[in-house]
Amino acid sequence: MRNAWIICQKEMRSYFASPIAYLLLTMFALVFGIFFWNMLGLFALEGIEMQMSGQAFPMNVNEQVIRPILSNVGVLSLFFVPMITMRLFAEEKRTGTIELLATSPITDVEIIVGKWFAAMILYSCLLFFTAVNFAFLFNYGNPDWKPLAVGYLGLLLQAGALLAIGTFISTLTKNQIIAGAATFGVCLMLWVVGWVRGYETATWAQVLSYISVITHFQSFTKGVIELKDAIFYISVIFLGLFLTSRSMESLRWRS
Amino acid sequence: MITVKELTKRYAHTTAVDQISFEVAKGQIVGFLGPNGAGKTTTMRVLTCFLPPSSGTATVAGFDVLESPLEVKKRIGYLPESPPIYPEMGTVEYLRFVGKLKGLRGPELEKRVNYVCERCAIADVKNKLLGKLSKGYRQRVGLAQAIIHNPDVLILDEPTAGLDPKQINETRDLIKDLAGEHTIILSTHILPEVEQTCQQVVIINKGKLVATDSVRNLQARARGAESVVIEVGSRNGELNVPPIQQKLEQVSGVGRVSCKEQIDGRAIFEIESQKGRLVRGDLARAVVESGWDLNELRPAAMSLEEVFLQLTETSGPAETPKAAVAKESHS
Repeated sequence: MRNAWIICQKEMRSYFASPIAYLLLTMFALVFGIFFWNMLGLFALEGIEMQMSGQAFPMNVNEQVIRPILSNVGVLSLFFVPMITMRLFAEEKRTGTIELLATSPITDVEIIVGKWFAAMILYSCLLFFTAVNFAFLFNYGNPDWKPLAVGYLGLLLQAGALLAIGTFISTLTKNQIIAGAATFGVCLMLWVVGWVRGYETATWAQVLSYISVITHFQSFTKGVIELKDAIFYISVIFLGLFLTSRSMESLRWRS
Repeated sequence: MITVKELTKRYAHTTAVDQISFEVAKGQIVGFLGPNGAGKTTTMRVLTCFLPPSSGTATVAGFDVLESPLEVKKRIGYLPESPPIYPEMGTVEYLRFVGKLKGLRGPELEKRVNYVCERCAIADVKNKLLGKLSKGYRQRVGLAQAIIHNPDVLILDEPTAGLDPKQINETRDLIKDLAGEHTIILSTHILPEVEQTCQQVVIINKGKLVATDSVRNLQARARGAESVVIEVGSRNGELNVPPIQQKLEQVSGVGRVSCKEQIDGRAIFEIESQKGRLVRGDLARAVVESGWDLNELRPAAMSLEEVFLQLTETSGPAETPKAAVAKESHS
């Protein structure tokens, strides 16, 4: 796995040596900031309204601020994952550097894991900078930190699954834009297929709802680690990386 | 060092390499020669474990490319047609990365990086971004990454393509320099390159092996006998070919005379001398003394280029001349 780390370092280097990482960090922080601002604004408004009406419902920062933000970020990451993964293999295939990797004494698995892990680190960086917002929350309020931590764990797992799928799609083409667009399409599909659950209860609808990455995220936003949801994400990670390795091998047989 | 046996590589609709066999001894420079699309790159990709063979075997340093690819990869340095560089990396940073990939660590890595920078004359661009380097420098960085782990075998795919004449010479010298320590296969479609740098040649065309022999043998085959083209004319416009041919055949040292063309008052002959004889002067004298006009006399000495063209132009399965060449090399 030492070789995987070498690949990972190299990928990190190319994310941060180019504007990609900074662009993503900025955009993610901005959109997250707007989410945070909106939710906090709503929360404050509700508090004022309640005082005016004289009723005293219990108010909860975790339930009313953190949870909806986490749900939003779960969807937001669908938009960011393609931008992180699209270059992973497509670029190497286009410039021919894939030949260097494939003829070096390292295994395909090490290459794939290294690249995926670099994508994970970049995504973690995106999440890390959102902590600034919550720092304010902890400073002025008194939220429970555990559901927040569980939510972030859920975000990481969900992103891990999507990044694995994105990595796979990136091996299918030399064209980064195609890789990005296809990944984006798949991510969106994995979100919206869950919607059928709203009006249909047949088995096929349940299956569709089950493969929706967002459905599995709901438990994490509540601060609950559901084993079946965690296992779902981990299986998708393995499936994505497995498909990537198959795809890399088939490149050799086809190309 | 390298053994290729009946190697075949088929793609979906084409056979890129068809039943190729050859061997390369340790420390040799072998020129891999063929027109574009002959299957050179494919063969090299099989040797570097980038592509698996469809059938047949290839072994490098005793390791099979299919059975123990990691062992093969450890022993091979490969420069693909376009150097596999990351434009956003600096030269030294890139070489460190490749070195680590090939298993070098710590002080050993630093030592090798410095060594290949000196060796490939890229020390002056150590801190530049690869994307900003000129083609010549990129090519040399490509060579540097290929030799960084001091591999037994170097595989270079058209190492001089796209360079200017000065850079070509420098690159060739560098390759010749490297020969002592490494076994080198280099592909090219430029013949003088092979004549200048290689000891052995493997010629392939349309995926088939056409010839494998030492450069010296091929040259000897081409140059051992002098080959002359002469055009004979007559003043009164009438010319009889048989007497001229007879006369020419009588000149001492002449091996074979054939009339290639006859147009009104002129006839063109192709003459091959016996091995090691120079016959041009005698031929000229014979023609003039017999009262004919000597319109033209030029040497048609076959260069490697002509051997190559002769071997590759007539396509199809190995026929008489090719088979002869191929067989001789195995003996």
